Amino acid sequence: MVNTWIAATLVAVIAGVVGFFVVLRGAAFVAHAIPHGAFGGAAGAVLIGVNPIAGLGVFAVGGALGIGWLGRRGRHDVATALALVLMLGLGALFLSFSVEYAAAIYSLLFGEVLGVPSDELLPIAGLGIACIAALAVLYRPLMLTSIAPDVAEARGVGAQRIETGFLLVVALAATMTVPVVGVLLMFSLMIGPAATAGSLTRSPRNAIALSVLLALATVWLAVAVSYLTYLPVGFFVGTLGALSYGGARIWTARRRGRTAPV
Amino acid sequence: MNQVLHALFAPGFFASDRVHAALVVGAVVALVTGAVGVFTVIRGQAFAGHALGEVGSAGGSAAFLGGANPLWGFMGIAIVAAGLIELLGLHRPRARDVATGLVLGAGLGLAALFLYLDATSSSTTGVTVTILFGSLFAVSQQMLPSIVALSVVSLLVMAVCYRMLLLSSLSSDLAAARGVPVRAIGIAYLVIMAVAVSLAAETIGAILATALVVGPPATALRLTKRPGGALVVAGLIGVAAVWLGIVLAYDSYYWPPAGHGWPVSFFVVALVFLFYLAAGALTGIAQARRRRRWETAPRLAASGCAEHPGAAV
Amino acid sequence: MNVPAPDPSTDDAILNVDGISVWLAGREVLHDVRFRIMPGEFTGLIGSNGAGKTTLFRVILGLQTSSTGSVLVGGRPLTRRNPIIGYVPQKIFLDPDMPLRARDVVALGLDGHRLGVPLGWGRRRKAVDSMLDAVDARRFADARVGNLSGGEQQRVLIAHALISRPRLLLLDEPLANLDIGAEGEVVALLARIAREQRIAVFISAHDVNPLLPVMDRLVYVAAGKTASGTTAEVIRPEVLSALYGQHVDVLRVHGRILVVAGAEGPSGVTFEETEGAAVGPDIVSLR
Repeated sequence: MVNTWIAATLVAVIAGVVGFFVVLRGAAFVAHAIPHGAFGGAAGAVLIGVNPIAGLGVFAVGGALGIGWLGRRGRHDVATALALVLMLGLGALFLSFSVEYAAAIYSLLFGEVLGVPSDELLPIAGLGIACIAALAVLYRPLMLTSIAPDVAEARGVGAQRIETGFLLVVALAATMTVPVVGVLLMFSLMIGPAATAGSLTRSPRNAIALSVLLALATVWLAVAVSYLTYLPVGFFVGTLGALSYGGARIWTARRRGRTAPV
Repeated sequence: MNQVLHALFAPGFFASDRVHAALVVGAVVALVTGAVGVFTVIRGQAFAGHALGEVGSAGGSAAFLGGANPLWGFMGIAIVAAGLIELLGLHRPRARDVATGLVLGAGLGLAALFLYLDATSSSTTGVTVTILFGSLFAVSQQMLPSIVALSVVSLLVMAVCYRMLLLSSLSSDLAAARGVPVRAIGIAYLVIMAVAVSLAAETIGAILATALVVGPPATALRLTKRPGGALVVAGLIGVAAVWLGIVLAYDSYYWPPAGHGWPVSFFVVALVFLFYLAAGALTGIAQARRRRRWETAPRLAASGCAEHPGAAV
Repeated sequence: MNVPAPDPSTDDAILNVDGISVWLAGREVLHDVRFRIMPGEFTGLIGSNGAGKTTLFRVILGLQTSSTGSVLVGGRPLTRRNPIIGYVPQKIFLDPDMPLRARDVVALGLDGHRLGVPLGWGRRRKAVDSMLDAVDARRFADARVGNLSGGEQQRVLIAHALISRPRLLLLDEPLANLDIGAEGEVVALLARIAREQRIAVFISAHDVNPLLPVMDRLVYVAAGKTASGTTAEVIRPEVLSALYGQHVDVLRVHGRILVVAGAEGPSGVTFEETEGAAVGPDIVSLR
């Protein structure tokens, strides 16, 4: 049970930090598509008898690079959608080849927080540290390209390279958090707390900190309630995310004293 | 000639009832999603299209639980979700992105809940797969009339609003200035997309509905810049992908690993993807050739054959 | 078609554009553009939408290649990253929900192109504060940048570009979405910057009138061709008619300039007297 709390905490910290940039860059679709598509890789890994997390990682990275490549040549959201469905289509193929019904794979869809083995904690922590370190290195150009890509280009910042780096960080985060909260809900943890934090604070530093705090609160609450009610964790994460953002929007709108500007 | 047919189409293809149903439903769905999808791509709402499909799966699961037909559950929840996205998203792209993500997250959470309840009450683990990935060969014959009817209605509504929809998709400011009720059109459009995605999701699966709503339209827009032409081309490409996918899936019963064939959804998605890449390659070659031609004969430029500068799709 | 530039022997032009031609999607967007900008000069780049202003800026910034000609910045050929040039884009991605204050945007102008997390917070803060003072934006330094008005946002963007101490400031249609009051403030601010800090200001606009009081010279672009010189030299019927390739009249009304297409021309290009809402070729592209 302690493992669950540790894992959940690690996941929340990563989701809080990565989520800040995801919301800033309007990359919610990508944050959803990469872990979701990576599910296909897990199915493939099971087929050839390899650890599903490895397959997940391969597809996550491949998906990130693919989305970056396609996105350069066409619309970004089209690229994301097509990369996602291709990865899932491959996943369907691999699943159809599997002889056993691989229930473990389905747990990857919605998460299995309540059963994280001890030997997975260290890799999760390691990947998490790598994510945060990468974001720290990319911090300034990432901020600049997120708000003024033209200016960034004019100052010699390769916006495409920064974008690729960012996508790879998302892939890394997906790989490490999926065993805990599942492919479908990890991104919910990235969007809700970060979006709420952005609504409530004005400076990037505070927003990142608040995002992490809210993610922690969300995950702890979700795990606790799930433990008590036996209902899936993902349900609570998704609902809490939506509710907290909705609440923050209502609160800021009221504080401003007028309806939010269009 | 018979040899060729036998090689292409596995025995029993033309006689099978399931294949007939699959071909008809597949074509109808491809035409509707192709048409709706052209606007989805123009408006940059691929994420919403995908989100509605997945959120719909929560409704589908709920309906399945309650013993009702999943299609109505799909559509109900998808329409509600569409409304929420529009409400929360306002007109700012970032806010819409966040709203779509959160509605999707909440919807998937609900799906998790329903599937969990469903699994414990009647151990069907395959429900997840069916609702998400679908099976074109398992469409029930009774649903056929409803699917066709809903498709026709969606297309009619779109035909009626066509001009307003096109104008507000290309430039909402210009549309508003011309008196188009942009907000209402936006909501109406999301509802139509919810219906189209539900239809597709019911037949080829929620996730792969995204493929048809985004892929063929994006391919068509790469090949032609005229929206009207794109609608037709998108439908044709979608039908081609679906029919070819059905043929391949049926044939694949004889492929390794022998016995149960490859999923039709895999073929459809792979074909959609290939068509998109092919269109990209074609336009890339055409652009490169055009650029080389103009650069070596600059004087001809004065006649002013203006291309719309770089609107990538 | 150019009016002779000032003394060509002065080689210390901050910007020297010589014979630039650019092809985009099979169309010649710019043809044989040549002009110079001297340090501290206030120059306008005037032309309607689609005339090629943004393309020219992109060439100068090194973001777009030209098929002919050369650009010298501070006497040196173009490089990818030119610290001498500060760029103020017309708009940036600013959502009211984004957690960024005005001072954060300005701080990014200092070192946003470098990797890593910003350190030396005290020093940074002082530099940002003094820059905000210089553009009179200190009072909303801690406001959410997405909530600021158009004029306030422009000033923040100007501070962002100025903080790295450029010698040439490029502004892409900064006046386009401003009301008249804000317009006047921004123009006055830019003129003061040019004068006091000897920074050359190169500002694109589709209406020449707001810039008339402060402009030293202008570059007029139409149909991909340019004419450069002072207002009196360039805004003349014969010069503009040659650019447009059709008969064009220049009217002066209460000290304002109105450029009107002749009767026999096609759609023509007109400059509204006050609002500057030019009606140019309407390019509807599928995005």
